[in-house]
Amino acid sequence: MSANTVALAYLIASVFFILALKGLSSPLSARRGNMFGIIGMVIAVITTLTITRNWALIIVCIALGGTIGAVVARRVQMTAMPELVAFMHSLVGLAAVFIAIAAVNNPASFGLPEILPMGSKLELFLGTFIGAMTWSGSVIAFLKLSGRMSGAPITFNGQHKVNLTMAIIMVGFGLWFFFSTTTNWTAFATMTAIAFVLGFLIIIPIGGADMPVVISMLNSYSGWAAAGIGFSLGNPMLIIAGSLVGSSGAILSYIMCKAMNRPFLSVILGGFGSEGGAAVASDGTQKTYRSGSADDAAFIMGNADSVIIVPGYGLAVARAQHAVKELAEVLHKKGVNVRFAIHPVAGRMPGHMNVLLAEAEIPYEQVLEMDEINSDFSNTDVVLVLGANDVVNPAANVPGSPIYGMPILDAYKARTVMVVKRSMAAGYAGLDNDLFYMDKTMMIFGDAKKVVEDMVKAL
Amino acid sequence: MIGEIDPTIINLTVFVLAVFVGYHVVWNVTPALHTPLMSVTNAISGIILVGAMLAAGPAETDWGVWLGAAAVTLAAINVFGGFLVTQRMLEMFRKKDKKGS
Repeated sequence: MSANTVALAYLIASVFFILALKGLSSPLSARRGNMFGIIGMVIAVITTLTITRNWALIIVCIALGGTIGAVVARRVQMTAMPELVAFMHSLVGLAAVFIAIAAVNNPASFGLPEILPMGSKLELFLGTFIGAMTWSGSVIAFLKLSGRMSGAPITFNGQHKVNLTMAIIMVGFGLWFFFSTTTNWTAFATMTAIAFVLGFLIIIPIGGADMPVVISMLNSYSGWAAAGIGFSLGNPMLIIAGSLVGSSGAILSYIMCKAMNRPFLSVILGGFGSEGGAAVASDGTQKTYRSGSADDAAFIMGNADSVIIVPGYGLAVARAQHAVKELAEVLHKKGVNVRFAIHPVAGRMPGHMNVLLAEAEIPYEQVLEMDEINSDFSNTDVVLVLGANDVVNPAANVPGSPIYGMPILDAYKARTVMVVKRSMAAGYAGLDNDLFYMDKTMMIFGDAKKVVEDMVKAL
Repeated sequence: MIGEIDPTIINLTVFVLAVFVGYHVVWNVTPALHTPLMSVTNAISGIILVGAMLAAGPAETDWGVWLGAAAVTLAAINVFGGFLVTQRMLEMFRKKDKKGS
C-alpha cells in the first residue's frame, strides 16, 4: 500500500475509535460502539501488516497474546474488574517502553532518520518515561487491588522530596540523551530505570479507597503513552487513539476526585486513609448503637412501601450481588418499591457497582445515580446500606470534618436505616459515622452475602 | 507552505484536536458505563500494537525485533482482552433491556 492509502486507512480506523466511545453514551448503543472499536482495530492491524515484514513472527505473537487476552476476559470475575483493568494498563506501559527502545535501536524500521533528530528524541523520551511509570504504577495498583499487597498507604519521611529529586535526575538524564549527538544508551537506560522506580514510589502511598482515582489516572497515562509513541513514529492514528484514552482517564479522575471532594493533587500525594482502624468517638465516650438480626431487618423491609439499597465495596468483597438480586426480587413481589443508589466512588473503580448489579441481572431502571435519587431518601421507609460507610456519613455536612463537603447519599434522611457491616470499624477515611448511632438505625453485623441470604430466607 | 511545516507541529495539531474530541465524547458517557468505558479504552490503547508490529518487522533483523515481538504479544493481550471483556459486560446490561421492555 502507498503511504497515502495507509494514512487514509488509519484515519478511518481513528473515526471508528471515536464512534466506539460515543456508543457508550447509552447502554442501548454501547454494544454497537464496542463493535466499532473492534472494526477500527482490525483495519489498523491489517493496514500495518501491509507495510511491515516478519509476518509469521507477528501473527504468532498476536495469536499468543490474543489467546491469553481472550482466556482472561472470559474467566475474570466481575468483582475482579479493577485488577484486570490495572493489569492491562501495565501491559500498555511496558509495550510502549519496548517499542521506544526498539526505535532508539533501529530508527529506520519506523521510517525515522538513522541519526535521531532532536524532536524524535524528545518524543521517545516522553513515550518511554510515561510508559515506564504506567507499568510500575499499574503493577502496584494491581497488587493492592487484588489483595496481594496491603491496601494501606506506605509512607516514609521525605517521600515527596525523594520523588521530586528522582524526577529531576530523570529529566537530567533525558536532557543528556536529548543533547548527545550519537545514540546515548547510558542516558536512555538510566532515565528509563528511574522512571520505573518512580512509578512504584508514586503509587505506594495511595490507599485502597483512593484506587478509583489511581486507576483512572493510570488509564489516562496509558493513553498518553500510546500518544507519545504516536508522536515518535509520526503516526496520527496512535496520537488520536492515545488522546481519546488519555482524556477519558483524565475526566474519570476528575469525576472521582469531585465525588470525594478532594483535590487531585492531595490524592496523588497520598498518605490518606487507613484500612479499617478502630473508630474513635470524638468526645471520648462510648456511643451506643442498636444491633439487630437479619430476621428483624427482613420483617421491617417486608412491611415497608419503599426500600433503597446502597451498595459499597463490602458488597464486592463478599460477592453478594446475586444474593442482593434475590432480596430485591422477593421484596418486589411483596409490593415493595426497591431501588439502588450508587455513589460515584462506591467500589474500587468508576462504575464498579453498576457492573456488579448488571451481572446479577438487576434491571438498570432500578439503579440510580446519586443526583437522581438523593431527593427521594426523605420519603423512603427503609435504607439498606450494604458494605458502604464514608459515602453515607453525614459528617460530610459538618464544617470542620475531614470529609466536609464530600457529596454523600442522604441515607440518614430515611425513616429507618439498616447497615450491614462486618464490625464497627471506621471506614476508609478513619472517621466515625454518626449514621450508625442514630435512634432509627439498626446495625446488622456479618458478611454482606450471608446476611442478605438470611434476609431472603426470612422473607 | 504545507511542506515547510515541521511534522511535529502537524502531530501537535492532531493531538490537540483529538483531546478536544475525547473530552466532549467522554463527558457524554453515562456513569453506569464507566467500567466498560475503562475496559474499552484499555483495548483502544492497545493500538500501540501498530507501533509494536513495526518494531517487530524491520528490513534487517537484530535484537530489537524480539523486543518488538514481545510488545506485539503484550499489546495483543490488551486488544483482545479489552474488547472481549467489554463485550461480556455490555451483554449483562443488555439482558436487562429485554426484561425491562
